[in-house]
Amino acid sequence: MDILVGQLFTGLSTGSILLLAALGLSLTFGQMGVVNMAHGEFIMAGCYTAYVTQQVVGGAGVSLLIALPIGFAVGGAMGLILEVLLIRRLYHRPLDTLLVTFGVGLILQQVARDVFGAPAVNVTVPQFLRGGVEILGTTVPKTRLFIMALAVVAVAALALVLRFTPAGRRIRAVVGNRDLAETAGISSRAVDAGTFFIGSGLAGVAGVALTLIGSTSPTTGQSYLVDAFLVVVAGGLGRIKGAVVAAVALGALQSVFETYSTASLAKVGVFVVIVVFLQLRPQGLFTLRTRSLA
Amino acid sequence: MSKFWESRLGVWSGFAAAAAVLFGLAPLLLSGFRLGLFAQFICYAIVAVGIGLAWGRGGMLTLGQGVFFGMGAYLMAMHLKMADAEFRGGPGAVPDFMELAGVRELPAYWVPFASPVFTIAAIVLLPTGLAVLLGLAVFKRRVKGAYFAILSQALAGAFAIFLIGQQSLGGFNGLSYFRYFFGFTLNDPVNQRMLYFITAAALLVVVAASLQLRRSRYGELLVAVRDAEERVRFLGYDAAGVKVVAYAVAALFASIAGALFVPVVGIISPASIGIVPSIMFLLGVAIGGRGTLIGPVVGALAVAFAQTALSEQFPSAWTYAQGLLFVCVIALLPGGIASIPAVAGRIRVKHRPEAVEATT
Repeated sequence: MDILVGQLFTGLSTGSILLLAALGLSLTFGQMGVVNMAHGEFIMAGCYTAYVTQQVVGGAGVSLLIALPIGFAVGGAMGLILEVLLIRRLYHRPLDTLLVTFGVGLILQQVARDVFGAPAVNVTVPQFLRGGVEILGTTVPKTRLFIMALAVVAVAALALVLRFTPAGRRIRAVVGNRDLAETAGISSRAVDAGTFFIGSGLAGVAGVALTLIGSTSPTTGQSYLVDAFLVVVAGGLGRIKGAVVAAVALGALQSVFETYSTASLAKVGVFVVIVVFLQLRPQGLFTLRTRSLA
Repeated sequence: MSKFWESRLGVWSGFAAAAAVLFGLAPLLLSGFRLGLFAQFICYAIVAVGIGLAWGRGGMLTLGQGVFFGMGAYLMAMHLKMADAEFRGGPGAVPDFMELAGVRELPAYWVPFASPVFTIAAIVLLPTGLAVLLGLAVFKRRVKGAYFAILSQALAGAFAIFLIGQQSLGGFNGLSYFRYFFGFTLNDPVNQRMLYFITAAALLVVVAASLQLRRSRYGELLVAVRDAEERVRFLGYDAAGVKVVAYAVAALFASIAGALFVPVVGIISPASIGIVPSIMFLLGVAIGGRGTLIGPVVGALAVAFAQTALSEQFPSAWTYAQGLLFVCVIALLPGGIASIPAVAGRIRVKHRPEAVEATT
C-alpha cells in the first residue's frame, strides 16, 4: 500500500512538472500548429528570473512569490517578441518554424551562458517549503506539493480564461476555424500574439517553479522540452484536457518504469508506449473535430 | 547551364570532377591530420545526403538521424573493440574498458561482433530495420508533419539516455581507443589514408544512389507525396510505403556514416548522437539547399569546416552563428544557397514591369 501510494505520488509529481512545462506548449502548438522549440528556453528564462529575483530581493519566500508573476511577464514578453518577429512570418511553414525556433533557442542558451555562466546556479528554497508532509504513510516533499498545486492553479486559470473571457472565446474560435473566425471579425493576428504571450508566460511560471526542485543551467529548458512535446503529442493538439491526462499518465508511466528498471530504460519504455499509443489514436487522446483535410 | 548538369554527360563529368578533388587534389594538398579531419567531415556529408532525401525530397523532418548514425557507429565500435581484445588476450577476451570496470565475463550480445561479416551485416540491417519498423508504425497511421518530427527527436533523446545507462557500452564516455580496423593498424599513416579513400568512395556511392533514386519513378512519387500526400493516396499509391523507403534509405546512409566515423575519429559517445547533434545534422542540409543533390553535401562540409575553424577560438560566437544561421537560412532562404540564383532571378523579374509571371 505504502509503495503504491508512493508510486502514485511520484507519478503525480512528475506529471505535474511535465504538465507545467507542456501547458503553454499545448496552447501555442494547438493554436497555430507551430512547434516552438524555444519554449524550453522560455522555461530556462523563468528559472533565471527566479534566480535574479532572489539575488535582488533576498528573502527566499517573498522572492518566490514575486518571481512567479515576473516569470510570467518575462516568458510572455519573449514569446510575444518571437511571435511578432519570426513565427508570424512563417505561418504556412510549420516545420520550418520548428528549425527557426530551435536556432532562437540556441542563441538564448548562449546568451544565458554568457550572462550567468555555464555552471548551474541554485535558488534557495523558502523556509515554508522545506521538509515534507506525511500523506497516507509516505513523506512527500513540500516543494513537490507546491508544484502540484501550482499546476492545478495554472490549468484552472487557463481553462477559466479560455471558457469565460472574451479573449478566451476568440482563442477558441481561431483554434476551431481560423477563416471563419476572421470573417466574424476576429483579428487572428492579435489572437495569435495573445496566445503566444499566455503560452510563453506559462513557460516562465513553470521555470520559476522548477527552480525549487533542481538547479538552473543554460540547458535546463532543453531537458524538459522533449518530454513536454511528447505530452502534447499524446494528449492531442490544443487540448488542455488531453495535456492534463497525458502528463499525469506519462508521469505515472515514467515512475513505474523507473521502479522496475533503470531511469535510462524508462525513457525508452515511455517512447515505445507513445508510438504504440499513436497506433491506436494517431491524433492523440482528445481530438479537436475540424473539417479541414490536412 | 543547368540543362548540362542534368544530362548524362554532365552527371558523369560532375562525378569525375568530384572524384578528382576527393581522390587527387585533397590527399595531395592536405596533411595526414587534415585529411583525417576531412574524412570526418565527409561522414557528416553522408548523413546529410540521407537527410536531403528524406527531408528535402520527402518532406519528412527527421530530427533523429543521430540514432541511426549512432547505431552504425556503436556497432562498428563494438567490432573494433572485440578485435582489439582478441589481439591482446586471444579469443573470448574482454575489451579493455570492461576490464577496467572489473567485468570479467563478456556480455552475450557482444560475442557475435567478433565476426566482421556479422558486424557489417548488422550495420546495414539493424538501423534500416528500425527505420522501417518505426516508419511503418508512424506513417501507416498518417502521423506526419510536426508529430513525426517530435517523435524522431524523442527517439534521439531516448537513445542517447539509453546509451548513457549502458555500462557495457561505455556509458557516458562511450567507446574509444581503437587500434585495428579489419586487421590494419589504425595509427599507420598509410592505413589512415586508405580509410580516407574508403570514406570518400562511400560519399560518391551514396550520392550516386541518391541521384538514381531521385531520377527514378520512385523519386517522382516521393516528391509527389511531399507536396500532396492526399492526392497521391487518392491515385492509389501507397504513400506510407513511399515515405518508409526514403526514411529507411536515410537511416542506412546515416548508419554507414557512423560506421566510418568510428575508425576515422576514434571515439563515439552519447554526446555526439543525442538531440542537439541530431538537429545539427540538418543545418548543413538547410544551408546547402535541402531539395538539391549536392547542396546537402556542400552545406554539411562547409558547416563542419566552419565549426572546426571557429568553435575552438570563439566558442560563444560560433554558437550564436549556428543559431543565426538556422534562423536566417530557414526563414529567409528556405531553398539554401542553391536557390540564390533563382531568388535573384525572381527579384529581377519582379522589378521588371513587363514581366507576366515569375517562374520558380
